[in-house]
Amino acid sequence: MKKRIWRIIVSGIIFAAAIILDKLPANIRLVLFGMSYIAVGWDILWYAALNVMRGQPFDENFLMGIASLGAFFIGEYPEGVAVMLFYQVGELFQEYAVEKSRRSIAEVMDIRPDYANVRRGNELVKISPEEVGIGEIIVVKPGEKVPLDGKVSEGNAMIDTSALTGESMPRDIEPGDEILSGSININGTIAVEVTKKYDESTVSRILDLIENAGSKKSESEKFITRFARYYTPVVVIVAVILAVVPPLIYGWSTFNTWLYRSLSFLVVSCPCALVVSVPLSFFSGIGAASKQGILIKGSNYLEALARTEIVVMDKTGTLTKGVFEVQEIHTKSNISENELLEIAAYAEGFSNHPISQSLRRAYGKDIDYSRIKEAREFPGHGVLAVVDGRKVLAGNHNLMENMNIQYADEKVTGTVVHVAVEDAYCGYIVIADEIRDDAAKAVKELKKVVNHLVMLTGDAKSSARKTAEELGIENVHSQLLPADKVAKVEELMGLKSARGKLAFVGDGINDAPVLARSDVGIAMGGLGSDAAIEAADIVIMNDEPSKITTAMKISRKTLRIANQNIYFAITVKIGVLLLSSLGLASMWSAVFADVGVTILVIINSLRALR
Amino acid sequence: MKKVFRLKGLGCANCAARMEREIGKMDGVREVTVNFLTAKMTIEADDEKMAEILPAAEKIVKRIEPQVVMERA
Repeated sequence: MKKRIWRIIVSGIIFAAAIILDKLPANIRLVLFGMSYIAVGWDILWYAALNVMRGQPFDENFLMGIASLGAFFIGEYPEGVAVMLFYQVGELFQEYAVEKSRRSIAEVMDIRPDYANVRRGNELVKISPEEVGIGEIIVVKPGEKVPLDGKVSEGNAMIDTSALTGESMPRDIEPGDEILSGSININGTIAVEVTKKYDESTVSRILDLIENAGSKKSESEKFITRFARYYTPVVVIVAVILAVVPPLIYGWSTFNTWLYRSLSFLVVSCPCALVVSVPLSFFSGIGAASKQGILIKGSNYLEALARTEIVVMDKTGTLTKGVFEVQEIHTKSNISENELLEIAAYAEGFSNHPISQSLRRAYGKDIDYSRIKEAREFPGHGVLAVVDGRKVLAGNHNLMENMNIQYADEKVTGTVVHVAVEDAYCGYIVIADEIRDDAAKAVKELKKVVNHLVMLTGDAKSSARKTAEELGIENVHSQLLPADKVAKVEELMGLKSARGKLAFVGDGINDAPVLARSDVGIAMGGLGSDAAIEAADIVIMNDEPSKITTAMKISRKTLRIANQNIYFAITVKIGVLLLSSLGLASMWSAVFADVGVTILVIINSLRALR
Repeated sequence: MKKVFRLKGLGCANCAARMEREIGKMDGVREVTVNFLTAKMTIEADDEKMAEILPAAEKIVKRIEPQVVMERA
């Protein structure tokens, strides 16, 4: 790059001298122009020659070579030099901008750990994170990045997870806590038992996702690639026609004029500005999002998110914390509240459903699994299990109705688990979830940017309605089984316009089919959840629903910038082509327009990074 | 099989697009992506053809941009 700058400066000085010293004899000036030309353009001519021999006629070096040599041929020496000189300035700038954006993107992704301190024997060895095995103990000192996922075995510290989640509040960790690679240890020395190899650690998965995001191309990028493929050949063919056909009609004395015009065509024949700027915009947008703790798995998803008209949100774990707590226990037979809880906890002993987990939490004692036989789960309904030899049913009213059991139908808010032993109703337990702190704000902002905001839930109507009212969501569908959610999303798809998209937001654990079915699947709380990262197109690393609006704003800005670049660059290029074919634009203006467009669109693309 | 390479010195976006197109046309190649911004090339191809594909791909890269060095990432 330095060499190129010097060549441009030297060539520029000779060029300026040749122009200013117009009293010099013509042949001396020609020598000066020639020197200036060779100084700045020899390598272009060299590559051009190589490529022609390899049968690559539409190579940009070759086209620039022809444009400048052609100008010399018709005696327009300053133009000939200018084409080369400014082409090189443009290339230099492009190189600089690309380098700069590569670096600022690398900064965004500056979560890659360089080393790990591994305890081997009595020594602490500094090795590359890839070489550390599962079960080894690593030591992370204050200020260091956590290189691998693991479990803290000794020490307390505050850790900064902002590079992963965009969350600026540090977190306290203590022995037994899980710790994720990519977080930064702020103040204490801790020992961590490694639970995942580097390749599967959070940090390396995130970096992989961002780096590979470019391979899923957006419509805009596909358009540009198609456009670029035809643009250059078409412009070159028209240039040849322009140089040959008019002289055949108006006489060969006009050849120089037409050749001059056709050479201007060649100057703007490279689609480089577009080919660089559009992917650069998307890449910058993805970088900006990841800085906020939003992982976007491809440019196509960023684009789809920008066109989203309908947002469908799951309730549990998305708008609410998904942490259920037992609130009330009502017995309707002669057993005690504690016994009812125990029976329910045992019946749901094998289930991973959040409700079952909260029952076990409230029960508080370890489950003796030998007491449970024949546990069967009915998704969306509940469970049937044989506990201590007695048949226990635990679930919602659907389960009770299916099993023909009379149950207490009282007005409560929250999820109700009815319990029946040997088909006799025993009572119910109320479990409620808490709404996330910024859920109301997220809903308010989302309603401003999308046409429809819909909440789906498997919960009972009453508790769904209550949550929806608190959040201000009018469109609610409750009591849905997982399969119903897919059907509902398919139905809602009908509401969008031709190019509009539907986004589904869930916790990525129970809703993989819906995430897959919607245009954009967004998973919340992805940090540490491999399932969520796997299933979704966009992953919000922390658990703030308001990040969805942030992601939408970034995506819309990015798409706007990409479109601006496409329209601006194509308009200028076509404008130059039209004006120069009419003889209204000089080669000078063509050069400036071409280099200028490249510079402007690149600067514009980099705005998406902020 | 999937292999990732770093293209050191990759300078022109249009060239990256052309590499992608030409390597993608080769027999046995399932998918190629050349990411201009990360200067990374990912080739996904049939296992048994990989050995022939790699030198040929390098030749294409060199022809389109002579100064580029292809390295295993």
